[in-house]
Amino acid sequence: MSTPIVELKSVGKHFRGADGSARAVLEGVDFTLHEGEIVALLGQSGSGKSTMLRIMAGLIQADEGQVLYRGMPLYGTARGIRMVFQSFALFPWLTVQKNVELGLEAQGMPAEERAERAEKVIDLIGLSGFEGALPRELSGGMRQRVGIARALVMEPEVLLMDEAFSALDVLTGERLREEILELWQSGQIPTKAILVVSHNIEEAVMMADRVLIFASDPGRVRAELPISLPQPRKAEGPEVRQLIDKVYELMTAGAGRRGLISEKEVKLQLGDRLPQADIAHMEGIVELLSEEPFSGRADLPQLAEETELTDAELLEVLNGLILLGFAYLTNGDILLTDLGGRYAAANNTERQEIFGKQLLEHVPLIAYICHGLEQDKSGDLPEDLFLKLLRFTLSEEEAERALRVAIEWGRYGDLFEYNFNTGVIQSSEEDEEDEI
Amino acid sequence: MSKKRQFFPRQVVEAGGNRWDWALLPIVLSIFVLIAYGSQQMVRPYEVGQALPLSLDPSYLPYYLLRTTLRMFIALGASVVFACVFAALTTKYKLAEKVLVPMLDILQSIPILGFLSITVTAFIALFPGSLLGVECAAIFAIFTSQAWNMAFSAYQGFRTVPAELSEAASVFQLSGWQRFWRLELPFAMPGLLWNMMMSMSGGWFFVVASEAISVSGQDIKLPGIGSYIAMAIAQSDMGAIGWAIGAMLVGVLMYDQLFFRPLLAWADKFRFEETGSDTAQQSWLLTWLRRTERTQAIVEWFGNMLSRSIALFRLGHDGTSIRARRDKPSLVPQRVWDAVIAAVVFYALWSLGHFIRTEVGWTEVGHVFVLGLYTLARVIILLALASLVWVPVGVWIGMNPRWASRTQAVAQFLAAFPTNLVFPVAVVLIVRYHLNPDIWLSPLMILGTQWYLLFNVIAGASTIPTELRHAAKNFGLAGWLKWRRYLLPAIFPSFVTGAITATGGSWNAAIVAECVSWGSTTLRAHGIGSYIQEMTTAGDFPRIALGIGIMCVFVMGFNHFVWRRLYTMAESRLHF
Repeated sequence: MSTPIVELKSVGKHFRGADGSARAVLEGVDFTLHEGEIVALLGQSGSGKSTMLRIMAGLIQADEGQVLYRGMPLYGTARGIRMVFQSFALFPWLTVQKNVELGLEAQGMPAEERAERAEKVIDLIGLSGFEGALPRELSGGMRQRVGIARALVMEPEVLLMDEAFSALDVLTGERLREEILELWQSGQIPTKAILVVSHNIEEAVMMADRVLIFASDPGRVRAELPISLPQPRKAEGPEVRQLIDKVYELMTAGAGRRGLISEKEVKLQLGDRLPQADIAHMEGIVELLSEEPFSGRADLPQLAEETELTDAELLEVLNGLILLGFAYLTNGDILLTDLGGRYAAANNTERQEIFGKQLLEHVPLIAYICHGLEQDKSGDLPEDLFLKLLRFTLSEEEAERALRVAIEWGRYGDLFEYNFNTGVIQSSEEDEEDEI
Repeated sequence: MSKKRQFFPRQVVEAGGNRWDWALLPIVLSIFVLIAYGSQQMVRPYEVGQALPLSLDPSYLPYYLLRTTLRMFIALGASVVFACVFAALTTKYKLAEKVLVPMLDILQSIPILGFLSITVTAFIALFPGSLLGVECAAIFAIFTSQAWNMAFSAYQGFRTVPAELSEAASVFQLSGWQRFWRLELPFAMPGLLWNMMMSMSGGWFFVVASEAISVSGQDIKLPGIGSYIAMAIAQSDMGAIGWAIGAMLVGVLMYDQLFFRPLLAWADKFRFEETGSDTAQQSWLLTWLRRTERTQAIVEWFGNMLSRSIALFRLGHDGTSIRARRDKPSLVPQRVWDAVIAAVVFYALWSLGHFIRTEVGWTEVGHVFVLGLYTLARVIILLALASLVWVPVGVWIGMNPRWASRTQAVAQFLAAFPTNLVFPVAVVLIVRYHLNPDIWLSPLMILGTQWYLLFNVIAGASTIPTELRHAAKNFGLAGWLKWRRYLLPAIFPSFVTGAITATGGSWNAAIVAECVSWGSTTLRAHGIGSYIQEMTTAGDFPRIALGIGIMCVFVMGFNHFVWRRLYTMAESRLHF
C-alpha cells in the first residue's frame, strides 16, 4: 500500500435542527487518500459528499473524528491541498494571469517569479494567448481551465475537484477531463492524488482508480469499488459499460433508506426529505418506459442516455416514481408497475387523479397537509406551519425544498392550491382569488 | 528566463507615443496648485466672532467653487474610508454587527442639519485659533449627508460575496488584508461607486446650510458657494443667485466629467455578471489617462504599493498549524455583550424619560409629534403626485431606447442640482399672490428628490424584456389593463427603489423647505422641519434634540413598515 496523504478517521458533521437537536450530515466516515490514486465520490443528493470534500479542503471543520494531512491534524486550508470549483469561482475583476497567480501572490512571491510559474501552467493547460483576458470574455470550458490552472500553479499534492465538469456541456467536459488525465499520467504535474466529487457515473468510472459510493441521511460510505482498468479507458468498451451498470446497481441497492431509491421498500416518514422530482420528468419517464424499446423495463445507464438527464436528476426522478408506486427496481433495472402502466395510458385528468390518490397514500407530508386543511374551517393554512414542522428534522434549505416539492406535487394531484403572494396553502374547492 | 509580459487594455498599446503626456502635464500641475492653495486657506488663523471677508462679486466665484469642492471631496474621501472600515468590521465581527448596523440605521434617519447644530461648538473648541475647526464642522456636516448610504452599500456588498468565491479565497489562503483588497472591496465596488455619486449629489443640497453656520447666536460664513448663496438670499440679490447657479453647474459638470465618469468606466471591470455587456460606461478622460505613460507609471506605482502590502500581510501559517485551529464558539462573550447592550438601552430610556420630564415636557412632545404628522402628510401626498406625473413619463421614455439614455443623464444631473437655489423664486411668488405657505412651500420638498423617481422608473422600463413587450403587444393589452397587468408590475421594483430614495431626501429637505427666506421675508409652514430650523436658530438644544428624535422615529417607522415590506415584496416576486 502506498503512503497515505489525507486520512479521515470516523469523521462526523452535524447541523442544528429547529429544536436545537443535532442532525448528522456525515457520520462515521473513514477514508484514506493514498499517493498515486484518483478517487471519485458518488452519491445521491443530500449524501454529504460535498461536505466531505470541504472537510478535506480544510474549509469546514469536522465535529467528530480526526482529519490528518501527512499525519498532522488539519485545522484549516493547507498549502498542499487545492480545489477546483463547480462554478469556477474566478475573480471576475482579475485577468486570467492574475487569477492564476492569486495563490502565489497570497504567499508573497515576487512578481517575476509569479509570472514565470503562471506562464508555465498557462501553457500547459492550453490557455496561452488568453493571459490578458477577463474571465467574462471566456467560454465556460476556458474558464474552468483557468480554475484548474489556478489550482495547479500551486503545485498541490492533492487536487480536489468539486463537480468540476458539471457546469460545462458534455463535449467540453469530456475533453477537459481527458486533458487532466493525460497530464496526470504523463507526470507533468506534481499532484500526487486527485479526489473528484461527481454526479456523473460515467465520469467517475472513466477517471477513478477507486469509486466511493455514499449513502444518504446521514451521509456515510456505503460501498467502495476499485477499478483496475488501464487508462485510457474507452467509454464504449464493454468493461466500462459493465462497471457503469455495477455502479448504478450499487447506488440503488443496499440497505433501504427512507425516501431514497432502493429495492427494499421502506415507508416514508412525515419529516423526511422528498425526492426533487420534476412532474414533467416523471411523466416523461413513465411514458418512455411504457413504450418501445423499453416496454416496461429499462437498464438504468440506457435510460440515462435516452433521457439525457444527468445521473443525479435521473435518480431523483426514479426516487419519485418508486415512492409513488409507479415503478420498482430489481438488479439495477427499473420496471413499470401496473399502476405505472395505467398512468401512462390515461389522459391528463385521469393522470392527475391517479397521482393525487398515490400522493395521499404514500407521501405523509401531503396527507398531513390535506388533513390539516379539512380540519381547518377557513380551509387555508400558512406554509410556515409546515416549514416549522419540517425544520425539526431537516436543515433550513432542505425543509424549504421538501415543502416546494410537496406543493408542486399537491397542485398537480389537484389536492390543494397555493398562493405564492401570501404563502398560504388552500383547499382546492375554494375559488381561486386573483391578485397581481 | 522568460521575458516580462504585461497586458494593457488595447487602446493603450495602440495609441503609443508620448504626446498625451505633454497635454496632461499642465492640467495635473494646475490641479495640484489649486488643491495646495485651497488647503492653505483652510488652516488660516481665526477667532470666533471675527468676520470672514465675503463678496458677491462673481469674480470670486471660481475661488469659492474651489473651496466648496475641496470640502466635498474631503468629506467624500472620509466617507469612503468610513464605509470600508464599517463594512470590514461588521462582516468580520458578529458582536460589532449587532450594534453598528442598527446604529447606522438610526444615524441615517437623523436629519443632516441636526448633526451640524450639535457638533459645531465641539469642532471649534478642538482647533482654537484656527479656521480648521469651523472647516471641520462644515466638512463633518457634508460627511453626514454622504456616509451612511455608502456604508450600507459596502456592508451589503461585503456580505453578499458569493460563497464559492469566498471558499476560493480560503483555499488559496488569502489573509484578511488580501481578501479585503482582492475580493471584498472589488465586489462591493459598483454599488459603492453608485452610492458615491448619489452622495455627492445629496451633498450639494446641504452645502448652503453647512457653510453658512448660524447656530446658537454664532454666524459664521465660510468662503464657498454655500455662503455666497446664503449672502445673496440675505441681500435679495437675484443676479448673484444666477451667478451661483452657473458656478454650481460648472462644478457639477466638472466633477462628473473629471471624476465620476472615469471612475465609472474604470470600475466597469468590477461588474460581477460574468457575461460581457455593451452598456459599458465611456469616459474620454480615462481613455486619455490610459494612453498617457506618465499617469500609467503613477497607477503602476500604486499597484506596486498595494502588491507589496499584499505580500507583507500574508497568512503566516498553514492549515496544519495550531494557529489555524478554530475555537469552539463560546456563548459567554456574546451573552455578556447582549447584557451590556441591554443595560445601555435601559439607561438611555431612563435618561430619555428624565430629559423629557425636566427639559421639554410631554405637551411639547405631543406638539412636535403633530408637527411630524403634518410633514408626513406632505411627504406622502407629494410622493403620490410626483408618481402620477413621473411614472407614465418614465415608462414612456424607458420604452423608447433612443430617449432613455439621454434623458437618464439629464435626470441624474437634475438630481444633483441643489434646489434650494429656486427657493427664492417660490418666496417671491407666494408673497406676490398671497398664497398659503402651508400648501405652497410643500412642493419645494420634493423638487430635488423627484428625479430619483424618474430615473429609476426609466431604468426599470428600459429593462423590460423584449419578449414580454412583444407578448403584451401580441395579446393586444391596452388601456388600464395594460398598466395593471403588465407595466406597473414590471416597473414596481425600480419604482420602490426610487421612492425610497425620494422620500428619504424629502424628509431631509423638509428642514430647509418648510422655512424659507428671501431678504427680510421669511415664510414658514407648519411642520417638524420648520420646528427644527427654528430651534436651531434659537440655539435651544433640548428642543433641537427632541425635533430630531421625533423626525427620526417617523422616518424609521415609515421605512420599516412601508418601504421595507414593499421592497421585500418586489425582491421576492416582481422581478424578471
